[in-house]
Amino acid sequence: MRSRWARVAAFLAVVALVQLGAAAAGKAFYLTQLTMAAYYTLVAVGLSVLMGYAGQISLGHAAFFAIGGYASGVLTTLDLGGRRAAPPVAVLEHLGLLALRPDPGGGELLGVHPWAAAAVALALAALVALAIGLPVLRLKGHYLAMATLGFGTIVSSVLIGTAALGAADGVSGVPPLPLLGGLAVGGGREARLVNYWLAWGLVALALLLLMNLVESRVGRALRAIHGAEDAAGSMGVDVARLKLATFVLSAVLAAAGGVLLTHYNAGIGPSEAGSLKSVRYVAIVAVGGMGSLWGTVATSAVLTFLSLRGVFGTFDDAVFGAVLVAVMLLSPEGILRLDALGALRALAARRGGGAVAP
Amino acid sequence: MSALLEVSSLSKRFGGVQAVQSVSFQVRQGTVKALIGPNGAGKTTLFNLVSGVVHPDAGEVRYRGAAIQGRPTHQVAGLGISRTFQQIRLFSGMTALENVMVGRHPRSRAGFMAGLLHLPRTWEEERTIEAKAREALEFMGIADLAGAEATSLSYGQQRAVELARALAAEPELLLLDEPAAGLNMRETVELAKLVGRLKARGLTVLLVEHDMGLVMSVSDEVVVLSYGQKIADAPPRAVQRDPEVIRIYLGEEEPP
Repeated sequence: MRSRWARVAAFLAVVALVQLGAAAAGKAFYLTQLTMAAYYTLVAVGLSVLMGYAGQISLGHAAFFAIGGYASGVLTTLDLGGRRAAPPVAVLEHLGLLALRPDPGGGELLGVHPWAAAAVALALAALVALAIGLPVLRLKGHYLAMATLGFGTIVSSVLIGTAALGAADGVSGVPPLPLLGGLAVGGGREARLVNYWLAWGLVALALLLLMNLVESRVGRALRAIHGAEDAAGSMGVDVARLKLATFVLSAVLAAAGGVLLTHYNAGIGPSEAGSLKSVRYVAIVAVGGMGSLWGTVATSAVLTFLSLRGVFGTFDDAVFGAVLVAVMLLSPEGILRLDALGALRALAARRGGGAVAP
Repeated sequence: MSALLEVSSLSKRFGGVQAVQSVSFQVRQGTVKALIGPNGAGKTTLFNLVSGVVHPDAGEVRYRGAAIQGRPTHQVAGLGISRTFQQIRLFSGMTALENVMVGRHPRSRAGFMAGLLHLPRTWEEERTIEAKAREALEFMGIADLAGAEATSLSYGQQRAVELARALAAEPELLLLDEPAAGLNMRETVELAKLVGRLKARGLTVLLVEHDMGLVMSVSDEVVVLSYGQKIADAPPRAVQRDPEVIRIYLGEEEPP
């Protein structure tokens, strides 16, 4: 446990170095893309655990991200002001689940409170993941990849085709997500530094939780499933249930990324749900090394940042596709397995303890 | 003594092959029972029927009086039935200790959320899991291999890890699927001693085995299967004298 905190502390030190580096180079505006990259990284780390530990691939994580973002965006930009007298609206307002926000055209608008909307968004993603995963994860093999690919395609076309969801324009005018002490997840130059730290702080929290999970009894069982599925079952591991729980967790993390980025950007568009986005997350996890949380974080931060800065130009999606192909051809275990220290230790142990047969 | 495991009129067909046909037998608490028979006699199918890997077409498997046929493997394991495999199935990418710790799964309960949040109530359990796993490695005489990657060990050592994994759950009924397969003579003698120690500890053992020397030395009773049917169920000496068993093993004539 102590080493987990140490690793998180080291991670936060790197986050600080990056921030200082950007400031020293006079590129403080990089923090905006770095903040966005953090929220995409939440999707990647959840997917990394799903792929590396439960041994399942999801080709629909962009859709879970979009479900989170759209649910938050739509609910917080509603205007229920005209229906205040209606009993359901009155009850919600009484419970404090609604919030007033300034109308750009003057006056005030009444929408769902951002935190209530976020809760709905995460619950919705969890329910959808449960509905997809429950039948599919009882089967052995890669049926989840196919099911989520179909699901992602449906979500993507529904978002583009539904006028109420803004069709091709998506949702805009989403208010910030208020936090304690007057802070908020939202845009604006003055809030840039705070949001950078909020975003990467949340990634650190996600990493801590996921490290807890993979080093727990359940994490051991997940690795056992990966190692020999039927043997794990015979040892009392409920294989289908653990795979399902991992899938739901990763979907909720993806939706959380969507909720937060939608508040940060004040909106979300249908391209976030596209299948190519889902492939991008899979590519990031593959480069980082499946199940390697640190490799995934590093890859996600770098590639997503470069992509958001427009470095890849019109070849953006092609770059991620090429990366995926290259990884599968050259190093299916991932290129960036940031466990060099562990590898050295293992080597030393093998040298030292000659009794261990190869 | 009462029967811990009771198999009655169990049948299983795979396509056109009647793998197990109306087989009944009992395993009394605290005894060692062996299943023998020529290749294809249905021994492994019977094993898989008991452990829940395959489900029977007809018949019952009763454990402590309760019908358990048709239950998924993880539930069967939860009842106190542990097993090893004919082809060793250790978890790759994990140390010997971690493999054995997974074996403790049925006797521990920290769930998904508890793991995610590293709840204090899981800490004590985690220590117990490790202690019990080390105990099982110790019992198998391979405590020094705890930190080694399990699948990189020698064949005999892997067998030992697999047994330790099965024992970590502190089972009441241990199913051993050809435990002597691939072992040399010295290791087989060790295995026979081990089965004796397990029995002395009060464990009930059901084993499938080809090595007749081992079967005859460790078993209290032997079930002989041929073409999916039970043809004998008696103590080792009686089985050795059974003319039908001799006919099948020595092949006096081709069976119909």
